[in-house]
Amino acid sequence: METKRSAFKASKFMLYFIAILYACITLVPFFWSIYTSLKPTSEVFNTFAPLKDLNFSSYAYILTQFPFGHWLLNSALVAVIVTIGNLIVNTLAGYAFARLKFPLRGFLFYVFLAIMMVPGQVLLVPIYMMLANMGWIDTYQGLTIPFLMSPVMIFLARQFFLGVPKELEEAGKIDGLTHWGIFFKIFLPLSMPMMSAQIILTFQGNWNSFMWPVLLETSQKMYTLPVGLNSFYGEYNAYWNSVLAGTILLSLPMIIVFLIFQKQFVRGVATTGIK
Amino acid sequence: MDNTVSSTTDRRKPGRISRSAVDQALAGYLFVLPAFVSLVVFLLGPIVYSFYISFFHFSFLDPQNASFAGFDNYLHLFVDPVFLQALGNTFIYTIGVVPIQTAVALLLAVIVNRIRGKTFFRIAYYLPTVTSTVAVAVMFIFIFNPNGLLNSFLSLFGIQGPNYFNDPTLALPAVMSVAIWSSVGQFMIFYLAGLQDISDEVYEAAAIDGASGFRLLWSITMPLLRRTTFLVVVMGMIGAFQVFDTVYVISNGNGGPIGSTMTVVLDLFNKAFKDMQMGYASAMAFVLFAIILIFTLLQNWLLGRED
Repeated sequence: METKRSAFKASKFMLYFIAILYACITLVPFFWSIYTSLKPTSEVFNTFAPLKDLNFSSYAYILTQFPFGHWLLNSALVAVIVTIGNLIVNTLAGYAFARLKFPLRGFLFYVFLAIMMVPGQVLLVPIYMMLANMGWIDTYQGLTIPFLMSPVMIFLARQFFLGVPKELEEAGKIDGLTHWGIFFKIFLPLSMPMMSAQIILTFQGNWNSFMWPVLLETSQKMYTLPVGLNSFYGEYNAYWNSVLAGTILLSLPMIIVFLIFQKQFVRGVATTGIK
Repeated sequence: MDNTVSSTTDRRKPGRISRSAVDQALAGYLFVLPAFVSLVVFLLGPIVYSFYISFFHFSFLDPQNASFAGFDNYLHLFVDPVFLQALGNTFIYTIGVVPIQTAVALLLAVIVNRIRGKTFFRIAYYLPTVTSTVAVAVMFIFIFNPNGLLNSFLSLFGIQGPNYFNDPTLALPAVMSVAIWSSVGQFMIFYLAGLQDISDEVYEAAAIDGASGFRLLWSITMPLLRRTTFLVVVMGMIGAFQVFDTVYVISNGNGGPIGSTMTVVLDLFNKAFKDMQMGYASAMAFVLFAIILIFTLLQNWLLGRED
C-alpha cells in the first residue's frame, strides 16, 4: 500500500513537471521578447546580462520614428469591419439555413459546404486580378469587401440555430411577429454565445492574417501590423530591441483580448472542433 | 423536417401555396442574399476563372498575349525543380509536424485534465495560437539567432550551437519546431473538449480491472478520442500543406537557404506575383486543392465509416 501511494505521488509529480516544463516552453519566448525589447541595442546579444533599468526607448522609437501607430489603427479598422460584416452576413445565412423553408435551400447549403474544402490559396490569383482591375489594390475596400463571408461560420451559426426549440418560434408567431421579428426579438438575444465565438474567431483570424495583406498592401501607409512588422524586421534587423518591441505591440492587443475572453475563446475553438 | 411552423397553415389550405410560405421563402432568400452574393462574386466566380486560366500561358502584365496551353501548366509542374523541391519540403514538413503536434496536444490535454491549475495551463498553452504567425516567426528568428537565447543556453553546457535558419539541413526542422510550438494549443483544446465526453465510469471500470497509467491512456482514452484524433490529424495536415507565413518571414520570401524552406504556397505566391505567371500559378493552386481534397475526403471516409 505504501509503495503504491508513493508511486502515485511520483506519477503526480511527473504530471506537474511536464505541465510546467511545457508552460515554460510556451511562455519563455514571450518573456524573452519583452525582456530584450527593454534592453538598449548594444546589450541585445549580451544574453544573460541583467537589465540595468527599464528602457522603453525602443517603444518610443518605433511609435515616433515609424508608423507603427498608424499600422495599429489600420489593423484595428480592417479587423473590426471584417468582423462586423462577417457577423451579420454569416448569422443571417445560418439562420435561414436552419429555420426558414425556401426552395433550393438544401442545394444552396451544400454549395456553401462544398466551398469550405477549397483552400484560400486558390483565390490568390483571381482575387488579385479582380481587385487590380477595379483599382482596389492597396485600399481599405480591397482589404475588407472580399472577406465578409465565411462558410465555416455559416455552418457554425446554422448548427446553433438548429438547436433552439421550435416552441419559442411558435410563441412569436402567435404574438404576430414577422420572420424578421422572430429573428431579431426571439433568436438573436439567445445567440450571444454563438456570436461571441464568431466574433472572436473572425477577429483573431483577421488581426493575425498575413498572406492576403502582404499581397494587397503595397504602400507603407496601408500596412496592417503583421505586414508592417515584417518589413520593419527586414530593414532594421540589427535593432532587435525595436523589432521585438514591434512584435510585442502586434501580439499584445490579441493577448489582452484573449485573457479577458479566454472562456469564450476556448468554447469557440472547441465548437469548430466538433463538426 | 416537415414539422416547421408553416405546416399548420399549410394544412388549412391544402394544395395551395399559403401566403405565409411565400413570406417565409422571401425572408429566407433575403437572409441568404448577402452571403450568396459574396459566394458568387468572391468565391465561385474566381475559382472558375482561375481554373480556366490554369489552361493558358497567362501573364497579368500582358493579358493580350495569353495563349492556350492545354495541360502544359499541369505537366510542367512535374519537371519544375523548384516546385518539386517545394512539394518535397511540404511533405517532409507535414510528416514531421502533424504526428508530433498531435501527440504533444494529446499528452498535454490528458495531463491538464488531471491536475490543478487547469485555467493557467490552458492559457499558457493557448497563447502561441492567438499570436500572429509573423510575431511568432520574428520571436523565433531571434531565439534561433547564432548568438540568441537557445545557443547561449547550449553554451552553458559547452555546446557550440549552429546557425539554424542559415543552415540548409537545419532550416526546415527549425521552421517545423516553430509550427509545432504555435499550433499545439489549439489542438489541445480539441482534445480537452473530447475528454469532457468520456465519463469517469469508464475509467473506474478500467481501474477495477487493474489498468493504470500509460496502459489506461493507450487502451481506454485513445480509442475513445478517435474522432478527435482524426479531426486533429486532418486539420493539421490541411494547415501544414498551406504553410506560408512563417517561411515567408523567415526566408524573406525566397524559401532559402538554397530552397530548403520553399513550400508549395510560397512557390505559388512567387510564381504568381514575382514572375507574374498567373496561369502556371493557378495550375499549382489546383494541384494543392486536389491534395487537400484527398485529405478531407479521407477524413470524411474515416469518420463516416465509424458512425
